[in-house]
Amino acid sequence: MNLDLVPLLFEDSRPGRRCVRHANADKTQASHGLPARELRETPPALPEMGELDLIRHFTRLSQKNFAISTQFYPLGSCTMKYNPVVHEKIAADAAWMGLHPMQPADELQGALGLMHQLQEDLGEATGLPGVTLHPAAGAHGELTGLMVLRAWLDEKGENDRRTILIPDSAHGTNPASCTLAGFHVSTVKSNDLGLTDMEDLKAHLNDSVAGFMVTNPNTLGLFEENIQEICDLVHQAGGKVYMDGANFNAIMGITRPGDFGIDMMHLNLHKSFSTPHGGGGPGSGPICVTQELAKYLPEAIVVKNGESYSWSRPSHCIGRLRAWNGNFGVLVRAYAYVKRLGAVGMKRVAENAVLNANYLRVRCHKHWRVPFDRTCMHEFVARPTKVMKDAGVHTMDIAKRLIEKGIHPPTVYFPLVVSEAIMVEPTETESKETLDAFAEAMTEIAKEACAGDPCLHAAPTNTPVGRVDEARAVKDPQLCFRCS
Amino acid sequence: MLQTIGAPSVQALFESIPEKLQLSGPLKIEGGFSESALTRHMDALGRTNRPAASHGCFLGGGFYDHDWPALVDHLSGRSEFLTAYTPYQPECSQGTLQAIYEFQSMIAELCGCEVANASMYDGASACAEAALMAVGQTRRRKIVVSAGLHPHSRETLDTYLKHLEIELVEAPLVDGVTQWGDSVDDQTAAVFVQQPNFLGVIEDLDDVCHQAKTHGALSVASLYPIATGLLRSPGHAGIDLVVGDGQSLGVPLGLGGPSFGFFATRQKYVRKIPGRLVGLSRDGEGRRAYTLTFQTREQHIRREKATSNICTNNALIALRGCMHMAALGPKGLEEIACLSRQRTLDMVEAVTRSTTALSLAFPEQAFFNEVTFRAEGGADAIQRFKAALKEQGCHGVLPLSPWYEDMTDLFTLACTEKTRPEDIGKLIKAVESAFQMEVAQ
Repeated sequence: MNLDLVPLLFEDSRPGRRCVRHANADKTQASHGLPARELRETPPALPEMGELDLIRHFTRLSQKNFAISTQFYPLGSCTMKYNPVVHEKIAADAAWMGLHPMQPADELQGALGLMHQLQEDLGEATGLPGVTLHPAAGAHGELTGLMVLRAWLDEKGENDRRTILIPDSAHGTNPASCTLAGFHVSTVKSNDLGLTDMEDLKAHLNDSVAGFMVTNPNTLGLFEENIQEICDLVHQAGGKVYMDGANFNAIMGITRPGDFGIDMMHLNLHKSFSTPHGGGGPGSGPICVTQELAKYLPEAIVVKNGESYSWSRPSHCIGRLRAWNGNFGVLVRAYAYVKRLGAVGMKRVAENAVLNANYLRVRCHKHWRVPFDRTCMHEFVARPTKVMKDAGVHTMDIAKRLIEKGIHPPTVYFPLVVSEAIMVEPTETESKETLDAFAEAMTEIAKEACAGDPCLHAAPTNTPVGRVDEARAVKDPQLCFRCS
Repeated sequence: MLQTIGAPSVQALFESIPEKLQLSGPLKIEGGFSESALTRHMDALGRTNRPAASHGCFLGGGFYDHDWPALVDHLSGRSEFLTAYTPYQPECSQGTLQAIYEFQSMIAELCGCEVANASMYDGASACAEAALMAVGQTRRRKIVVSAGLHPHSRETLDTYLKHLEIELVEAPLVDGVTQWGDSVDDQTAAVFVQQPNFLGVIEDLDDVCHQAKTHGALSVASLYPIATGLLRSPGHAGIDLVVGDGQSLGVPLGLGGPSFGFFATRQKYVRKIPGRLVGLSRDGEGRRAYTLTFQTREQHIRREKATSNICTNNALIALRGCMHMAALGPKGLEEIACLSRQRTLDMVEAVTRSTTALSLAFPEQAFFNEVTFRAEGGADAIQRFKAALKEQGCHGVLPLSPWYEDMTDLFTLACTEKTRPEDIGKLIKAVESAFQMEVAQ
């Protein structure tokens, strides 16, 4: 890693430097006819940098990151798998990137054909044939799905059904999306096995329930074994079942949510379908729904008429939740991924993801507490043992020590149902050697933790910065250079 | 590995999935291509598109065919940026975090605001988040939008707000500019305007601020960032909240996405801002360190009480914007803005000189780089012109009737710094071919 301080662009700025220069710009001519009140005297005070200075600035910044291309990155629930570089080459082609969203459909046939095929393939993979590629991310997909549910209820005149049941192990976006769609949230407990507590679910079901929002496999990495019964119960109570598909990587090609009774779900293309995470987006969160719910999907979906493709607005469309029709650049990569894999490859992805997770689970459970220690799907949750806790070691210390050892930490302190959680998702693209190296690092750290080794509290010491004072950033918020 | 696990087969690892739910055969999904077969397949598919970028693109409507320096592709494509995730662990994410901090700083500067967030999905969803923030801040339940706000932003607002039973009122356009009338009142949480508006007309920001201020509402402007090379930043006019789409800042047209949205406001609202925020702090040794901050607003902590459900920004695309703004600098931005406007003036002059069938729809109003024309002969004439332009190998002529029922004879044309004199020449040939027929009739 690059340990040197990289000054801010503004600090390296020197008057008159820049990378872009255009002849013929004439401010007097350009200002002709513009109202004086809206004109500005001097342009915004952006930094002034030469091209080489900028290249070094951002190259050096990039060297301060851990990434999949540099490190093992077992961030649970985020599916940090390898992103094939050929996808980047394909997606950068002007044949895709040069398309203006206002162009007529006859000039976009390749793009629309691609989107249509992706809709078909995602529908086949999930068993839910109504597909929209509209949502920009997973949470955006959740919101879209919940609005579809509202539209379905409203059409039936069931305006009293405003409660969504959510297991306590769910992602935080689930309840937040419910609130935004105008629903109330009621929490269903997990049982001792880490699954939805069936009795608690039954106790919650009544005629105010609009639906149940389940993550399957759940955030503990466990398949909800009673999923079919859960769906039946919710349906009998007059609700629908939404599935958070964040963990689809574990089951693709193995089982289909549509077949076990799910009514709608989102997929995170940046997780299961290997489009790059980009430091936090852009994502893409298509939703797949039953035929019954397809008429409520947001605009626009792609339809095929004979040999040509066009946009279509579903008959009872909920509207739109963003501009245009999806994060197309992400869709191109996901399409390429599906075409590389095919049906056989997709199943192999799930098999190897589950194999790798179980291998790490078994290798870790000797030294760590694994609260639900049985065969898992694509991820598992561990936590420090009592001896470690008594020695004053917390999960945060484990995470920071892993960084020191050159490994990106797993997801920590989530799910909330396990205190001090360490959620490990190795993905299918890692070799046995990488998994072994992680297991060995975890074994060493476990020994240090049991002994209360002070190195755990000091970590990380070999990174550009040590532990950051997050309280200070809240107390004295400095979000922009000009404010500092 | 199976031996270590103690499982007889990989299949056995899936025993928690009831057997009757497991697929008995493969999915019906075609694939299994080698890398070279995939590349050939994608090339062939791509050739059936007719990309507008760099081919005399006069299309606008929110996305514009601007250029960007090669360093944007080169640097943003570095895998250390591309294949990292949300910087939850600041010690091993300082690269992403510092770049976002720089992005926030530059966006705030363009908007004329004190603070900006780490970016949003796009301009339309940024509008929706702005409305939600205004409702939370003012505890009022009515939003007033200019009919000149991008139709997709208006429709996005409508979708978000109707689920929360928040009223959405549209102020009409009269002679191309927003007529607020008595639409804004003491129940109004926010007043939305777009600068320049969807018809390309420059709005009076003082009027918007006055409307909002008089009634204790927040003023919100959706901004085309390139315009700030020539026009004042909305924050400097007194606008409370500035949002917009960052496509013009180094993002390919890409059929509409992914782009990034931006969101800037006053420091005093910092605890109400939706989305990710990066702040400057220190580490234990006093070294400068960047970190995600105000996470207690966010859904992974607040769950159903969070300020927003969004969990990502569009970091990689915002990074392109960050690099592009830094590459432009103040002078570069001013030149792009000037050139875009100069080309537009040239285009308007050439078009109006070549035919009487086309005229400026709002001759009294100022425009920036997009202009609304009126076509004698209405929708048919517009379609004929559009087809003639296509014949010339160019793209453009956006009819307004899909979004404004009464504008059947109006369409827009837009220019950027990429518009060449020969592109305008082709446009004029299209004008001649489309409208000489009319003369002959």
